[in-house]
Amino acid sequence: MSMAALKGDTAFQARSLFRSLLRQSSQFAAYNFREYARRRARDAFREHRAEQEEGRVKELLQKGVKELQVMKRQTVVSQFFQLDRLVVEGGKSGKQTGERNDIIRQTTE
Amino acid sequence: MSNIAPISVKHVSRLCSRAVPSSARLIKAPTYRAAACCATKQSRRDYVSPSDPNRADVNVDTTITADRNAFTAQTGALPENVKMPGLGMSGDAMMSPAAGILKQATIMDEGTRPIYLDMQATTPTDPRVLDAMLPFLTGLYGNPHSRTHAYGWETESAAEQARQHIADLIGANPKEIIFTSGATESNNMSIKGVARFFGRSGKKKHIITTQTEHKCVLDSCRHLQEDGFEVTYLPVQNNGVIDLKELEAAMRPDTALVSIMTVNNEIGVIQPMKEIGQLCRSKKVFFHTDGAQAVGKMPISVDEWNVDLMSISAHKIYGPKGIGACYVRRRPRVRLEPIISGGGQERGLRSGTLAPPLVVGFGEACRIAKEEMEYDSKRIRALSHRLLSGLLAMEHTSQNGDPERHYPGCVNVSFAYVEGESLLMALKDIALSSGSACTSASLEPSYVLRALGNSDESAHSSIRFGIGRFTTESEIDYVLKAVKERVSFLRELSPLWELVQEGVALDSIQWSQH
Repeated sequence: MSMAALKGDTAFQARSLFRSLLRQSSQFAAYNFREYARRRARDAFREHRAEQEEGRVKELLQKGVKELQVMKRQTVVSQFFQLDRLVVEGGKSGKQTGERNDIIRQTTE
Repeated sequence: MSNIAPISVKHVSRLCSRAVPSSARLIKAPTYRAAACCATKQSRRDYVSPSDPNRADVNVDTTITADRNAFTAQTGALPENVKMPGLGMSGDAMMSPAAGILKQATIMDEGTRPIYLDMQATTPTDPRVLDAMLPFLTGLYGNPHSRTHAYGWETESAAEQARQHIADLIGANPKEIIFTSGATESNNMSIKGVARFFGRSGKKKHIITTQTEHKCVLDSCRHLQEDGFEVTYLPVQNNGVIDLKELEAAMRPDTALVSIMTVNNEIGVIQPMKEIGQLCRSKKVFFHTDGAQAVGKMPISVDEWNVDLMSISAHKIYGPKGIGACYVRRRPRVRLEPIISGGGQERGLRSGTLAPPLVVGFGEACRIAKEEMEYDSKRIRALSHRLLSGLLAMEHTSQNGDPERHYPGCVNVSFAYVEGESLLMALKDIALSSGSACTSASLEPSYVLRALGNSDESAHSSIRFGIGRFTTESEIDYVLKAVKERVSFLRELSPLWELVQEGVALDSIQWSQH
């Protein structure tokens, strides 16, 4: 019983960490960093989806928390030194000039 | 009727205030106020005689025009073409806020910053690297060579840890890493250092390098030629790879050093390092390699390759600019004459205080590069394949360099019948280059492509695309679309393209001389 509870707990932790990483990644002002942070978080969680070993899971979670802290600091820095948007990005109108139309402008500011 | 009253009251009051001297006005005022009260509520009080409205009113448009004219007369430049120092705003935005800022706002709406696809020139600093550097730019400012206090100890231990990360990345011992200001300095230090050390005795006076090396290697060699050294510039095959037999034939008993770069910066060709290393070791010749474009992007082991000296640059692997390293083998020991002498830091090979923020950033960049190598290279290969297949699907395009022995992050493509520089100008929304950044100021065709045996026209029409960790799929798609459009547009303009379409072989044409 305690094992199951523990397992449920780590699964919850992992999901919550994943959500915070995604939320934080959207705060990067620079397009390339924003996309990378989101993609990297997604791929890392996908890669270790089937991780069973408890110690390894804990280690990975700790790494994720560390990355989250770095990202929290760096998104602030990035917002202080904002530059114009890239030509591929959706601008104020939310319009994207590429073929695809998958970038949605963040309205968190 | 109702709107006549205020006007008449206003008129009367104006007359009153003009007619009555100021001392009497105080007495008169109550009666006037009473009259105003009963007539209307919103009338203005005019104690001072108003001047002619035409003179008092500021007409914004005429003022702006006058200002602009004065600006042009004084500076001789149109305000919109002038950039204000420090602010980065244009002159007209400063003068007429409405017009200028509105213009800027509409630009912001679309986004104007070009896509960065010049990763061989330099890469963006990774936020994780900056995060590691920031404490050393703020609080931890000690001199790492200070042995007497804690400020020195903390920066020294951080610098040593960074050295460890760099050594791990290339499979070396941390003691073999010498920090320099960049790969150019490392190259100079290695080539000139080895040549001068062994040239002193007068026995070894020969250096071998290739024609496709970076400018700083070629220039160091030319410098040594003036000092009485002999230099062999090995030609490369059509695919950019050197011929090992030619290298062996060029080696002489008095050869001191062979310098061949691992990954070419313009065409991305990977040289057969392991074979060259074995050859050099068997002939007891020192082997230097410029690994600026290779380190952190492919697995490297200096022991496996038998490399004696290797130049590394931080800003090519998402680290800070202004720092690099030189790997100098200890066993068997490589002896160099230092270029910079002084306090004897870095084993006496490169004196001068280390810059802890840069060193730590470099170390962190190496750590991340090692950790992410598999992920990054998989991704870069996929993006590169997408870009290359898209570009080669266009007619009359060809890839430069060997398609197999090739670092995927560097895609060099020739667009026949298009002038490379005009294509770069047409692709203003994409940051690209036709060759290395050092030679991008000149309009000469790239000497690397000339060394591959490409014609002048083909070398002129080549463009290098650099893909890195932060490049996205939508950027690649944008680039493909833009390149396709602009290339066909430029070809439509070209009379040569018309001839080609008609089936005339360009070589058969006798151009008249003027």
